[in-house]
Amino acid sequence: MKTNDLIFQTVTKTAVFIIIIYSLHLFFSGHYTPGGGFIGGLMTASAIVLLLLAFDIKTVVNSLNIDYIKMTATGLLIALLTGVGSFFFDVPFLTHTFSYVDLPVLGKTSLATAVLFDLGVYLVVIGVTMTIIQTIGETE
Amino acid sequence: MIEISKFIVGFLILLGALFSLVAAIGVVRLPDTYTRNHAASKSSTLGVLSILLGLFMYYLLIDHHANARVLLGIVFVFITSPVAGHLIMRAAYNMGVPLWHKSVRDDLKTARKAKKRR
Repeated sequence: MKTNDLIFQTVTKTAVFIIIIYSLHLFFSGHYTPGGGFIGGLMTASAIVLLLLAFDIKTVVNSLNIDYIKMTATGLLIALLTGVGSFFFDVPFLTHTFSYVDLPVLGKTSLATAVLFDLGVYLVVIGVTMTIIQTIGETE
Repeated sequence: MIEISKFIVGFLILLGALFSLVAAIGVVRLPDTYTRNHAASKSSTLGVLSILLGLFMYYLLIDHHANARVLLGIVFVFITSPVAGHLIMRAAYNMGVPLWHKSVRDDLKTARKAKKRR
């Protein structure tokens, strides 16, 4: 039976933006407050899962068009490269650093290279979660 | 000033707790799924909103820190909670969960019958 999902779909369109913005907030604030790559990635994945619930799987796969396995691989590569990058400065593997920069809008901000490692974690978490869920969802 | 702030914060949080208690009593006391959901989705939403608003006022007035995450939480709960209630109730109705035996009208049933006849 084809059900009328108008209310659910309309609310999903609004809620997905809130969830993704909040997950990015969690991702970037992970250095000083609770949050970080893992929970940010899980929340972004949950936004995509909400889309999958409200619309059918074909619509979401066509509109997002992301290969989640490649996304996982990219995340692992980024995490590895941040570790390798420390070799160029003659320090041990995975040594991270930070500095204070005056950004135009945000003012004095501390930029840490650990956020690049966190970006890798973020991509891996989204990739693995979405691979699991889509694989289970596609099997009849 | 700080005393008035404390009064506002305490009032909002106690009001929210009271609404949540009313929702819980409603879930226990009301006769069927639909009326229970009516109590749970409305009253507990308002209860959570009051508690979050009290929390926001606490941070704003006493700690002097505008916590945007709490505001986002208020908006999010306000948007999503009624929709969750709607979806649960629609699933229950489509599964054929019966109404309370003293219910007098079921507009959706008559509408569906009329649609089927057409």
